[in-house]
Amino acid sequence: MEPVAAGAMSPFQAGVFSLVVYTVLVVLFIASQLFLAVWLGEKKKSVEKSRPYECGIVPTGSARFRYPVPFYLVAIFFLIFDVEGAFILTWAVVYREVGFAGYLQMSFFILLLLAGLLYIWKQGGLDWKEALNRADC
Amino acid sequence: MLLWIAGFLILLVKLSIILGVVLFLAGYLVWVERKFLARLQIRYGPNRAGPYGLLQPLADIVKMITKEDTVPEGADRAFFLLAPAVVAATALLMFSVVPLGRDITVWGRRVPMVITDLNIGLLFVFAMSSLSVYGVALGGWASNSKYGLLGGIRGAAQMISYELSLGLSLIPIVMLAHSFSMVDIVQAQQKYPFILFQPVAFLIFVISAMAESKRIPFDLPEAENELVAGYHTEYSGMRFGLFFLGEYVHIMVFGGILAVLFLGGWRGPILPPIVWLMIKIFLVALFMIWVRGTLPRLRYDQLMALGWKVLIPLALINILVTGAVGLMMN
Repeated sequence: MEPVAAGAMSPFQAGVFSLVVYTVLVVLFIASQLFLAVWLGEKKKSVEKSRPYECGIVPTGSARFRYPVPFYLVAIFFLIFDVEGAFILTWAVVYREVGFAGYLQMSFFILLLLAGLLYIWKQGGLDWKEALNRADC
Repeated sequence: MLLWIAGFLILLVKLSIILGVVLFLAGYLVWVERKFLARLQIRYGPNRAGPYGLLQPLADIVKMITKEDTVPEGADRAFFLLAPAVVAATALLMFSVVPLGRDITVWGRRVPMVITDLNIGLLFVFAMSSLSVYGVALGGWASNSKYGLLGGIRGAAQMISYELSLGLSLIPIVMLAHSFSMVDIVQAQQKYPFILFQPVAFLIFVISAMAESKRIPFDLPEAENELVAGYHTEYSGMRFGLFFLGEYVHIMVFGGILAVLFLGGWRGPILPPIVWLMIKIFLVALFMIWVRGTLPRLRYDQLMALGWKVLIPLALINILVTGAVGLMMN
């Protein structure tokens, strides 16, 4: 009857419009909390108070120090496996339609993925204990 | 146009009620946690503000709002101020795809009982949970504190590792339901909840989701006795409160998603759907608090070994088995 009762801008459907309104509400709520905190909170600055907490000792050196390499490695492994996970997801919704042929192709892919995991495992990419001992942390 | 305005008002009221209830329940989840944890440790827990300490969440809010909002010297101001908002916002947004019940009718119009039924609902949850890594990593990095940085890096590495097993464990659910939409997933569990078909996926999901929410036994990013408070060491007042709110909303969202994916969502006999969903969320929350009261913290290499050497291979094999059995049954 009315063009606005259906479609992307319809308030009667649980679509993207509803999500946008909800997002605005969430942002407004958080903004109001932060505004209240800034408005009602104490405002007494002092040198001691704004010093980063290190158990009462005056901090020495920069807080942006270098950290062990395994953390970078994890990030790179994550990238590889996350992208491949996205491929598996696309297969998962249609796995009945693509049948056994699709299943065999996907199992080859997953086995490759497992082989890759085994490889980084054997190379010591997942061994944190030794890596952290080497890095003296 | 008039119809659109009326619909918009209904939508606004609906969304405000949902948001209000989620925040209220998250506040009282803090009370439940403190009380239940105290009882597990033979203490009383909060019992001064109101009967049984029931007004404690209110007192906490008043206290956090009136505390000073400090920024440590040398901090990256913009990121420091923004990080807690990212954590709280992503947790609240994740709740938007959880179906709350059957559609209801207001003034002859169908009002869906879900904020948004995205056809990629499950992927939306993954996306939001990935974004919350930014809150933790940036919050820790920006605060110019060594503890904060260590907590932030640990948190980022832990969250992205367990995100993999979280995503992979849910692929069998997508295969069973034939859809990413949370509403369709609930619809697909008309006869049996998916936990009966996918106990392994359930186990992997529960462990990964607990690691994602950074709670004991996976609380290394904030490990009190080594990192003070990890990535939120330098936060005070309401910004700390937003990190806290994010954590408890995250528990509720986790309960809701667990209920939707494995326990049949809002389905259940006799009681109304929304009550069933609440019961399921509450049981999951109680389980998490109980785990917190029982288990010690993992060591970092144990945490990474559990994620990469156990959960990810197990999840991949689970996908293969599910695919084979599913095609065989067809």
